Amino acid sequence: MKSTSAFLLLALLVSGCSGAQSVLNAEGHAAIELRTLILGTILVCAAVWLVVTMALVSALVRRSDRDGGAVSERKAAAAVSGAVGATVLVITGLTIASFYTTRALSEAPTPELTIDVTAQQWWWQFNYVDQNSARAFVVANELHIPVGKAVRLRLKSSDVIHSFWVPSLAGKQDLIPGRENSLTLQAERPGIYRGQCAEFCGLQHSHMALFVIAEAQADYERWAERQRGAGAEPTEPEMVAGKALFMARQCAACHTIRGTRAAGATGPDLTHIGSRRTIAAGLLENTRGSLAAWIADPQTLKPGNNMPLVPLTSDELRQLAAYMENLQ
Amino acid sequence: MPGKVLKASAAHPLAAVLLFSSLVGLSALTGWERQPRQYRTDPPVAVALNQLRLMPSGIGGAPPEIYFALDTPYETSAYDLSQGKRLYSWFGCASCHGDGRGGAGPSLLDGWWLYGPSVVAIAASIRDGRPRGMPAFSNRMTTDQVWQLAGYVKTIGAYSASLAAPSRNDDKHTRPAENRAPAAILFDEAPPVPVLSEQGPPS
Repeated sequence: MKSTSAFLLLALLVSGCSGAQSVLNAEGHAAIELRTLILGTILVCAAVWLVVTMALVSALVRRSDRDGGAVSERKAAAAVSGAVGATVLVITGLTIASFYTTRALSEAPTPELTIDVTAQQWWWQFNYVDQNSARAFVVANELHIPVGKAVRLRLKSSDVIHSFWVPSLAGKQDLIPGRENSLTLQAERPGIYRGQCAEFCGLQHSHMALFVIAEAQADYERWAERQRGAGAEPTEPEMVAGKALFMARQCAACHTIRGTRAAGATGPDLTHIGSRRTIAAGLLENTRGSLAAWIADPQTLKPGNNMPLVPLTSDELRQLAAYMENLQ
Repeated sequence: MPGKVLKASAAHPLAAVLLFSSLVGLSALTGWERQPRQYRTDPPVAVALNQLRLMPSGIGGAPPEIYFALDTPYETSAYDLSQGKRLYSWFGCASCHGDGRGGAGPSLLDGWWLYGPSVVAIAASIRDGRPRGMPAFSNRMTTDQVWQLAGYVKTIGAYSASLAAPSRNDDKHTRPAENRAPAAILFDEAPPVPVLSEQGPPS
């Protein structure tokens, strides 16, 4: 009865751990291995705890029976050596399990895809490198990977130390300025996995989310082909005006839209911003309204980020938001 | 003694803790008072900051009054100086001016300013450009970015040490930090351009 209620309480406690960002919802090769390891460790430790507690209780009960009774030296020696032996056995077992699990993780198979990840304050840049530089492209905050394929991420940082963490797929890995780390991702099932910067990196550390979208090879290829292309040409006059505005004002100095004159390298690549789920690294859902809100006043939505407040009239703002939304 | 609530032995450490925490609080308040961080320039303030009053020759001038009303933040706030330093590399200033020692463009370290050493002249140079190579950045930077960069550029060639400094370099230092002064005497700089009869760009 007691154990049932304890289980219920535990179930209640971990009920918040499901969903798009959870270590318990392991869908990646590394995450599954690590989950097996930690669950095994917990199980073994729980068993040890149970045995020790039972021994303690029985000792207490028996002690009250025999007041001041002498314990035979042989019995005590046997108990101590038994406990020491069991401890050595358990710790050795766990160490070996841990060693084999982490060795399997570091043995990255030859990657099918290599992506350069650059962490910025406060967004993620994903550079899909290719031997043919014309086929390389850059996206922000949304990482698409093919399911079941090993993807090597080369992790870099341009300012401070960040940490790449998609709990459902793999463990954390730091991104350190002036040093390259690497991490292999392999999603076993298609899905959308949320990730988060896991190393305090400044004011908007908590607003530095990313999405890993694992999809079938064909879907991934289609997505990549579309990303390689230039941004959509505006059709309606409102969007045409928005494009002209983007090129004439401060926007083009920091952002790139491939196929146009805008080639700034310090802000996120906006070539296909309309196709992303969120803007500002997971801060807002990607709608025309939130695009307008972001452009109108980025510093109130995400204080301290590097996007300045560009003075615009309400008409200009509407045109720009329409143009951004159209960049599918 | 009815008034005596705490024993003397307990009161001493309590007083020490209180004194310590109030000192910490006081220093935090002082820090905030010295440098409240301003992330967002209000649009009307930005418009006012854009009203540079230059001499007819484009050399020297007076900052807009709002600059003094704001207490000259772009020269005294470490945050704005750091942003300026970031902008210096982001907008490619180093491609002509190098690390301040010049190159294709004039040196910013030698203490000689073709258009005068005032922050308003530097801001005007950035915003509107200057003849013989300096492009205008008015359609690439916002007004407060221009001021942040101008404030930073001024620290590069400063001849007196400043209390406010931008953040340190992440890569190797090629010259002393910006808050050290005078920077120029530490370098083997060419002699400055001699004073012309009419100050301005050498013809």
